[in-house]
Amino acid sequence: MSALFGLAGAALVGLGLYGLIVHPEPLRKILAFNLLGSGVFLLFGVIARRGAAAGMGADPIPQALVITGIVVAFAGSALAVALLLRLHQISGRADLGADSAPPAGNGPT
Amino acid sequence: MSLDVFSLLAIAAGAFFFLAGTVGLLRFPDALTRLHALTKADNLGLGLVVLGLLPRVDWPLGALKLIVIWLVVLLAGATVGQLIARVARQARPSP
Amino acid sequence: MTLAFDAILIATVLAVAGWTIAARETFAAVIGFVAYGLLLALVWVRLAAPDVALTEAAIGGGVTGVLLLGGAARLRGVVAAPDAWPAATLRLAAAALSATVAAALAAVVLLLPDPAPTLAPEALASLPATGLGNPVNGVLMAYRALDTLHEKVVLVLALIGVWSLAADRAWGGIPGQRRPTRRDDALVFLARLLPPVGIVIGVYLLWAGADEPGGAFQGGALLAAMWLLAMMAGLVTLPAVSSRWLRLALVAGPALFLAIGLAGFVIADAFLAYPEAWAKPLIIVIEIALVLSIAATLGLLVAGPPEQAPPR
Repeated sequence: MSALFGLAGAALVGLGLYGLIVHPEPLRKILAFNLLGSGVFLLFGVIARRGAAAGMGADPIPQALVITGIVVAFAGSALAVALLLRLHQISGRADLGADSAPPAGNGPT
Repeated sequence: MSLDVFSLLAIAAGAFFFLAGTVGLLRFPDALTRLHALTKADNLGLGLVVLGLLPRVDWPLGALKLIVIWLVVLLAGATVGQLIARVARQARPSP
Repeated sequence: MTLAFDAILIATVLAVAGWTIAARETFAAVIGFVAYGLLLALVWVRLAAPDVALTEAAIGGGVTGVLLLGGAARLRGVVAAPDAWPAATLRLAAAALSATVAAALAAVVLLLPDPAPTLAPEALASLPATGLGNPVNGVLMAYRALDTLHEKVVLVLALIGVWSLAADRAWGGIPGQRRPTRRDDALVFLARLLPPVGIVIGVYLLWAGADEPGGAFQGGALLAAMWLLAMMAGLVTLPAVSSRWLRLALVAGPALFLAIGLAGFVIADAFLAYPEAWAKPLIIVIEIALVLSIAATLGLLVAGPPEQAPPR
């Protein structure tokens, strides 16, 4: 019953979307974004599983797309975390609120 | 047939040890005792599960892979237990 | 019987995912995310996708977990102000939007066409021409090799993006902060004992990926993890990002891939086409270069932007 996994994927997308919108801390947003992405990959996996034919357990093309997606999602998360840490290093805060004043010093230190 | 019974018993015993470790994780008062419950129970639990799976894989390569998995988990578990215990003791020095 | 197991697995996955969203402390949420990644690998096994399960456990749960844990550790003192949380009405609206999106996707899942369209027979039929036995790797390295080339380039671009965040005085320098001189003996012990085993297993994953579940990305992730372990124990010092051989190692994979692809215009009849007799050797050469570049790129992505000035 791969439909059960599909419903789980849909629920994960919903959870990730809620976390992405609501959490004020950017690191939690990145976490929720990863959750959202893995839910989408699960949907791909369900479609692959339903395409089982020719003696194989699943259709290999969506699985290859998911592997590519996982690697690219990691690359995106790495860039996001690096941006967040640099923001914290420069301004001392790690939130996405409005800037109260430009950081001290002229240009990147 | 007897191999199946052996597998079933070994895996059931392994599952029992995992359950005991989880109960210890939930019920013990502080980090060090929880670590003790986890590492002791999980090493033995995984070892018993691997033992139960040995008759079901192709010999020798499959069995070798299972045993290597158990040894690597043993190594990682022991080291991480030491590291967590060190941090826990620094956070709350033992009396 | 298997339905009961699937149901329990899904319930656990959803519970851990919900806890990751709802946990108060960021550190606890990241630990929950790592556990979620490993449980998701089990879900992939249940969906008959062992290659994806390996990739999810290695990259999705493992390397992403290390990245997020490092970020959470450095941001430990920073807590969002209580008034930064959106008002109750906005949260309700967000919940309604998320529920709508989830319901729409659930409806799509339940209304999927039956019988399901599939490309599996075609993929299997052309597989002997590539010399591979693993259809997923056949898709990655032969049928959709262009996607894999793009993915490699995206990894390098992300690394360039991370490196560009360096401060002026550390430009082209060594990634990561200076390691404390007090070395943790248990970690050093692990970092001495595990990497040889891990490297063997990583190379095996690459080699076995031709016919069995595995491949360049899974093997590369394992090699990157061993490098990260040695980095964290202080056993290796990272080279400066301006060093020539490091940049060569990073670029070798995609450059070789691109070169073989362009050669496909000459020796076969299209970009990234392999001549029939040379398909397997070419794919193996590409995969070897790819695994080194992937390991280096993944490790450096986690290490972060340069923070120490380059050595004179």
